[in-house]
Amino acid sequence: MSREELRDLQLERMKWCVQYAYDNVPFYQKSFKDAGVEPGDLKTLEDITKFPFILKQDMRDNYPDGLFAVPRSKVARLHASSGTTGQATVVGSTENDLKHWGECFARGLAICDCDENATMQIAYGYGLFTGGLGAHRGGETAGCAVIPISSGNTKRQIQMLKDMEVDVLACTPSYALHIADTAIEMGINPATDLKVRAGIFGAEPCSQGMRDEIAEKLGVQYCDVYGLSEVMGPGVAFECKEMSGLHLAEDHFFAEIIDPDTLQPVPDGEYGELVFTTLTRECCPLVRYRTRDITRIISEPCACGRTHRKIDRIIGRSDDMLILRGVNVFPSQIEQVLTGFPEIATQYQIILTTRGPLDHVELRVETVPEFPFDEIRKLETLKKRLATELKGNLQIAVDIKLVEPKSIERSEGKAKRIIDLRKE
Amino acid sequence: MISQLTVFLENEKGRLAAATRAVADAGVNMHALYLADTEDFGVARMLCDTPNKAAEKLTLAGWRAAVTPVMAVRVPDVPGGLASLLEFLDECDVNVEYGYCMSVEGGHAIDVLKVSGDEEIERKLADAGFAPVSAEDVYIVD
Repeated sequence: MSREELRDLQLERMKWCVQYAYDNVPFYQKSFKDAGVEPGDLKTLEDITKFPFILKQDMRDNYPDGLFAVPRSKVARLHASSGTTGQATVVGSTENDLKHWGECFARGLAICDCDENATMQIAYGYGLFTGGLGAHRGGETAGCAVIPISSGNTKRQIQMLKDMEVDVLACTPSYALHIADTAIEMGINPATDLKVRAGIFGAEPCSQGMRDEIAEKLGVQYCDVYGLSEVMGPGVAFECKEMSGLHLAEDHFFAEIIDPDTLQPVPDGEYGELVFTTLTRECCPLVRYRTRDITRIISEPCACGRTHRKIDRIIGRSDDMLILRGVNVFPSQIEQVLTGFPEIATQYQIILTTRGPLDHVELRVETVPEFPFDEIRKLETLKKRLATELKGNLQIAVDIKLVEPKSIERSEGKAKRIIDLRKE
Repeated sequence: MISQLTVFLENEKGRLAAATRAVADAGVNMHALYLADTEDFGVARMLCDTPNKAAEKLTLAGWRAAVTPVMAVRVPDVPGGLASLLEFLDECDVNVEYGYCMSVEGGHAIDVLKVSGDEEIERKLADAGFAPVSAEDVYIVD
């Protein structure tokens, strides 16, 4: 589908969603009225920015099914978030919603060249978490032979991968690595002894180093999947073989990137918070849901030929964002740079202070014990290299301070990485 | 080569006192201490008894401590003692990263140097009439 046709389809569906949400969910009637907008105000895709946002808190406030647009007779399935950061939230799907979800997920399988001849092992947890059943419906939609093994019992996972000659594995990255390591301990080289050739991995953050390790150990094409239960579940976006971003299912979801402070849209290519408007969801339509996930839109055409635009890998959560000298910085960006320095230990601390009118950023790090720290020159060179790399990545100058090991709090649970001593 | 105990320090008030106290708490006797300092950190280089044990105990106590191989050479305590040694090293294309010297009994000095560039340098020095010092002559070896 051309971009032109896609945008026409998006507008048609967006008009439907906004009207439908307004007609069937009291929350939207109120929030639209408070913002002084009506569904009829939506004439173009850009007009969506006139509409108010919906937040995770609104879902909690409307627990369990206050945001449902259909009666229970039309609800086919209920999933719930874990509620680790507060009240759990429940998201329902109609049969049509499930069908679309299956189609979205099947696109990821198509990227992995998996059709009706393929065997798919799903080692995501089944249950209220959307991973297992989301991938399951996708596998069935693609016509794969689906093994609904769920997570756990790793030796059995490996046995099934081997005996059933599985082509594609779907699970979290950390579990994929655990499966690979366990297989190696068992004397099986997953890269050569198993037929598995692709992995659909998602639902948690994964560093580039870990991605490479998984792909190499398992001998698979790494396919990153993005999704969130509030919007649907896994399958909202998939990484194609070009490995330069995840193609959004733009026929089902309209994405905006906003500045999390000003709440204004940012130009394509700039990082900001991802906001979704669902275009086809019947049970829980969402108009401008703030995901808190930070990414950017990659609007350049992809070499793979898909016309759906891509989002970059999620670099953080807007909750963690720091604004330093007007530049948005995420702790994950700093961590990413540090992983490129094996001489530096993983513990770090950022101290923010005000010097004159400016924010001053000090990054405190330690060398690893093996580093030849007896030579001042090597320490100074390391500092300079790290500062240059950070400047290139974050666009701001960072003062590096090498510290003694015990001066940085060890991470037992959640370590305090950021100490903000700036004056208001 | 002999073993130097190296301890990384933040350049903050009280850190050297704390480090030397940690060495004392490890029951280790110190023979020499040399400091290199920069704006925000410093490195304490020490010659002490049982350097391996010292490094281990300091590391356990949370210090960044290690044992570094350095070369020690006994030279006559006269003008040019150090200069002739360094000139010889230069001729051998050996690089000196840092060094320190101490006078010892018997009209001699011991020059301690962190060198790189030639694995055979100690033998070459001995062949040329210099007197590389073994660890036993400086501290209690462990």
